[in-house]
Amino acid sequence: MEDKVNDIIKKYGSDKSFIVPILQDVQREFNYLPKDALCAVSSRLSVPISRVYEVVTFYKAFSLKPKGRYQLTLCMGTACHVRGAELIARNVSDILGIREGDTTPDLEYSFETVGCLGACALGPILVVNGEYHGHMNIAKSTKILKKLGKKGATDDEQD
Amino acid sequence: MMSKIKSFNELKSVQERLKAGRDPKKPCITVCVGTGCLAYGTQKLVDSLREEIAKRNLTDKIDFRTSGCHGFCERGPMVVIGPENIFYQRVGLGDAAEIIDKTLLKGEVIDRLLYVDPATGEKIVHEDDVPFYKKQTRLVFGLNFKIDPEKIEDYLAIDGYSALGKALTTMKPEEIIQEVIKANLRGRGGGGFPAGWKWDETRKAEGEPKYVICNADEGDPGAYMDRSLLEGNPHLVLEGMIIGAYAIGSSQGYIYVRNEYPLAVKNITIAMQQAREAGLLGENILGSGFNFDVKINRGGGAFVCGESSALFASLEGRAGEPRAKYIHATHKGLYDKPTNLNNVETWGNVPFIIEKGAAWYAGIGTENSKGTKIFSLVGKINNTGLVEVPMGTTLRKIVFEIGGGIPDGKKFKAIQTGGPSGGCIPEKHLDMRVDFDELTKIGSMMGSGGMIVMDERNCMVDVARYFTNFLVSESCGKCVPCREGIRRMRDILVDITEGKGQEGDVELLESISKGIKDGALCALGNSAPNPVLSTIRYFRDEYVAHIKQKRCPAGVCRNLITYSVDPDKCTGCTVCSKVCPTGAASGERKQVHKIDPAKCTKCGACRESCKFDAIIVR
Repeated sequence: MEDKVNDIIKKYGSDKSFIVPILQDVQREFNYLPKDALCAVSSRLSVPISRVYEVVTFYKAFSLKPKGRYQLTLCMGTACHVRGAELIARNVSDILGIREGDTTPDLEYSFETVGCLGACALGPILVVNGEYHGHMNIAKSTKILKKLGKKGATDDEQD
Repeated sequence: MMSKIKSFNELKSVQERLKAGRDPKKPCITVCVGTGCLAYGTQKLVDSLREEIAKRNLTDKIDFRTSGCHGFCERGPMVVIGPENIFYQRVGLGDAAEIIDKTLLKGEVIDRLLYVDPATGEKIVHEDDVPFYKKQTRLVFGLNFKIDPEKIEDYLAIDGYSALGKALTTMKPEEIIQEVIKANLRGRGGGGFPAGWKWDETRKAEGEPKYVICNADEGDPGAYMDRSLLEGNPHLVLEGMIIGAYAIGSSQGYIYVRNEYPLAVKNITIAMQQAREAGLLGENILGSGFNFDVKINRGGGAFVCGESSALFASLEGRAGEPRAKYIHATHKGLYDKPTNLNNVETWGNVPFIIEKGAAWYAGIGTENSKGTKIFSLVGKINNTGLVEVPMGTTLRKIVFEIGGGIPDGKKFKAIQTGGPSGGCIPEKHLDMRVDFDELTKIGSMMGSGGMIVMDERNCMVDVARYFTNFLVSESCGKCVPCREGIRRMRDILVDITEGKGQEGDVELLESISKGIKDGALCALGNSAPNPVLSTIRYFRDEYVAHIKQKRCPAGVCRNLITYSVDPDKCTGCTVCSKVCPTGAASGERKQVHKIDPAKCTKCGACRESCKFDAIIVR
């Protein structure tokens, strides 16, 4: 783990003003920010771990918890809101049995909402592992989750 | 790779050479690959068009270009075929071969891909004739479709970097600043502060080095013009920054861009690399002896970082908390050095002012708001997209003539401008001429240019709750009025929307608003009450209905509504009973259905799926 963190830090010339992008790259590498990685960032950049923790908990992009295999992101921008995004959010939460920002205990699904993805013409938008699903509605979101559930189940069988 | 251009004259000859190498009559396909169109799956269309061209051995005979956002996001994926500029919209994967065979090779227009003007039913062939474009003044944004953002040659071929050449070789820094002051360029990021004055102050401030920053932390939900400009025409923004840096006397710039905008980060990174290779960025720019370089910094997803002092903190690698504004950034900004910060669109205006002159620029717009403004027109509107109009254009023209009005025959209720710092504007102000000052007068603000249209099915109390809730989670927590005040307002608004509102709540909201406005540290807090105050001002009756009659007139607030079936409209198609997750909606085929209120969770699935508008929400 430390090697990977070191490589990322080197890319930014070990400049501590780049701590936010460094942590973003670390998160991309591990899918979340593991404690050991944060300690490595702290010692390599000579930034106290308390400072690193402050930055990590301040910015929304960071997660101290592992994310699920399927990451669902629902846009809650104003354009999506006026087109009923909140009803969709409730539907997704109800089906997954978790609240926004949480991950299911089996680490299969994470569900979060974001301020605005800037693709308002397609709103409401549900992003599943980076893939955009536009003009979302309650029935469509149910269908997508069903599909993911089935897919997940068959994967398990193969395992 | 382009070799270093060492003077303004050499730049001119490079531009001429590139122009001469381009045949304006050569067939050209331009596909919009802005984030909006990519979300429609346009990348597959691009691949398939390329494949079809290669199959027919036409690669050398056709120019193929992927461009940034054209603005008409509603109709994506979009393909424009030159030289005639035939405009195809909602193009599918299956259309690729036909476009090549019919339109490119035979010059035949494919009828079904044309845009139909809903007002007249007329099919429109050319991009320029589409009413959505025709009624705009596309000054800053209009270059997007002429260039591939990944190719500096495209930008140079439309005389890109001429303004920089002119500024560096024929103008003194003071003259540039005077030109920007005369043009009365005001900041497009929200505040509307005159950019020229800010430049002047930074130039005169003591302390070295001086920093120049491009704020691309576009956080207002429903606004995406800065992203589209940075994605679609990164060299324009960069050129503006370099001119500004020269005028101010800065050698180091930063672009602070939202992490949610990966394509913008990619395109501006490529642009910077190309500009460095061409001698337009870095040391001794165009042989003038002027040095300037730029670093990119990605944000961490905090709305408050769009505020300048919070942005500096974030750039320095700290939590993005703002500070009091009695110390101006122009004197003590980033690392406590003189710093000039402008947003993406502001920088994008600079090359035009230098190239065409302040007098020309000041001829566009209203008395105190010059030039054009790009708005993102979204929400309950037929033509969702980016719209660039001269300052002073009426809201009515933007919503109804360019935007094409409200979908599904619904009635216009309000338009929200200025993001979470702005307000909701009712129908009676539709003829207002939009500029910085007029919007402020009626309790809203320009903000970065988001315009969210709402119809009769949107509850204004719910909208106020939405924005307040957004701000609760985005408040950095440093000052008490913002941290506690907004939270308290949110709690009251939640109570009202849940039917627990009490008499006096509206007055209490007004009083807390005043406290926050007076006491908050930064603009996020100062302007946070605007969505609440403007909805109280124009839609007080909706608040009263929620509080006194425990009723949501728009049918949005869950605790205050019930779902039922309109027996006159229901055809017994059974769709509602199939989508209902709790079995509340039921009935026999071809019989009027019913909704059992005891089982109904008001999830809305039946209403959205009913094709006959037979679900009543009251």
